[in-house]
Amino acid sequence: MNDLSLTAFVITSSVKVFAVFSILLASVALMTLVERRLAGFIQDRLGPNRVGPFGILQPAADGIKNILKEETMPATANRFFFVLAPALAIIPGVITFAVVPFAAPLPTPWGTVDMVVADIPIGILYILALSSLGVYGLFLAGWASNNKYAFLGGLRSASQMISYEVALGLSIVPVLFLAGNVTLTQIVWQQQQLGFWYILPLSLAFILFVISAFAETNRLPFDLPEAESELVTGYHTEYSGMKFSMFFIAEYSHILTASALMATLFLGGWSIPFWSGDHLLWYEGMLISGFTAAGEPIAAQGAWWKTILTFLSFAVKTAFFIGVFMWVRWTLPRFRYDQVMHLGWKVMLPVSLVYVMLLAGTILVLDQVGVEGFLFGAILTAVSGACTLIFVFVVDSDRLITGSAVSGTSREVRSPVRQVRRPALEPRTGAGVGQ
Amino acid sequence: MADIFFFIFAATAIGGGIGVVLQKNPVGSLLFMVGTLASIAGIYVLLDAHFLAAIQIMVYAGAVMVLFLFVIMLLNLGHDYRDDIKTGLLLFLAFATAGAIGGLLARQLRGAADNPILAHFPGPEGMEQLLAEQGIVGAIARPLFTDYVVAFELTGILLLVALVGAVAIAKRKV
Repeated sequence: MNDLSLTAFVITSSVKVFAVFSILLASVALMTLVERRLAGFIQDRLGPNRVGPFGILQPAADGIKNILKEETMPATANRFFFVLAPALAIIPGVITFAVVPFAAPLPTPWGTVDMVVADIPIGILYILALSSLGVYGLFLAGWASNNKYAFLGGLRSASQMISYEVALGLSIVPVLFLAGNVTLTQIVWQQQQLGFWYILPLSLAFILFVISAFAETNRLPFDLPEAESELVTGYHTEYSGMKFSMFFIAEYSHILTASALMATLFLGGWSIPFWSGDHLLWYEGMLISGFTAAGEPIAAQGAWWKTILTFLSFAVKTAFFIGVFMWVRWTLPRFRYDQVMHLGWKVMLPVSLVYVMLLAGTILVLDQVGVEGFLFGAILTAVSGACTLIFVFVVDSDRLITGSAVSGTSREVRSPVRQVRRPALEPRTGAGVGQ
Repeated sequence: MADIFFFIFAATAIGGGIGVVLQKNPVGSLLFMVGTLASIAGIYVLLDAHFLAAIQIMVYAGAVMVLFLFVIMLLNLGHDYRDDIKTGLLLFLAFATAGAIGGLLARQLRGAADNPILAHFPGPEGMEQLLAEQGIVGAIARPLFTDYVVAFELTGILLLVALVGAVAIAKRKV
């Protein structure tokens, strides 16, 4: 897929691995700070701002504190698995990022370097495979602690993750329909060629993906494995020091990877909107920027400033989704456990199945009729938009709040519950909060 | 290079397999099993069967073994696991079954050249052309949904029957 010699390939790959790993961990450290500052902002308080300017050195202080802290080990814990669990939690989190392309290919004196650690042919399948392994760390942590709260947290995380993995996989299927390929570089390329970010023609897939990603990363409103009001802190109740913070590094790197995936699959990855100068792809041994009307590839050249601009574009999109993750966390309350299962199996799964069928049919018809380019995207956008409206206002309406306590009973029984659901909000009066 | 990786993966696969049998703790056995499955996925990658490797991890290590984990946890097989290990005739039967399966596999491997299963295999060059034409997913999906579609659908129905059966058993009032 590139024109590097073997030596140059080994050297550039090592540099990329080192750079991506460092940036990933540095971003994770910054995200802990951003989350606390954002929480402070949303709750009308300041958040940590004492260590360094704007509290920017707070993650370093936390890190030093966690390394120096005593490592506790419960007397009844299974020692081997207790130590192994944080490692098992962190590994999938940090290596999933390897297949995400983060900028346009960079020309160097030794050849053109792809800005992705490993452009393996199975792309998305690699991510799905690794994300399915993430559950072992949390589950083993809960089990090895030999603590009933930790164990309940581990059980919850395992059942939640396998429930939402199905919907996650199905929500990616429409993307594969349009891209016709599973590698992420191809998916970025196809979005550039279509001129539509997949968030428009596949809007419902995007919504389902976001919900499943929240569940897979165990973030609010799906943070039942932690649920501090019922389970102390769930699976990491017994952990202290660096082992404890390893679970947090795992969680935040999962968020980072999930955000990068949302940006790549649905917002065009590193491509810059309304600009065709950044279209670059390896095609039969050369870089091309597109095809002529006759189907001939057009040769193209990368540039260092294009790489930087596209990386910024990718970073902005990813940061946006990270922000959404945090915003949601401090806005929504936690689901009840049965509501999580209800949403996963009785809403997300059937909806995503029907949507996949519907979209496959639409694409088949459009292909048969011979619709291409802008009209193709516009028709799919209309179909998906209609599906999204039906999902949000008909299928999903009033389902989540009532929960299983009243589901299974008749509608007459349910109606009084509905009426008390939205009490009229009194306007807030008196002294402002936080003065 | 590939040879070195092959021997590393082969050693961890066999070591993991031995670990599964020797562990007293079922959760330990399960983790060794996951290690074995992951090593086999590594060997698939060395054979350029990336798709198979991903499916191996996703289905076996990520889903089937997690269900095993659930079963172990929920049955909670006593905390002194020694009593759960069967001895005598059952042990003999287990070894006999394992030996029989091993013998069958060895017999298959010995006649690998004229094995009817491998008759359709296009060979390394043919595989490369196939991959270039149809991509790594297409090369598997096309035969699956054309030549073998009946077998594929029947397998699907079998799984559905198993699923319905499991729900029916679980719903029964005990």
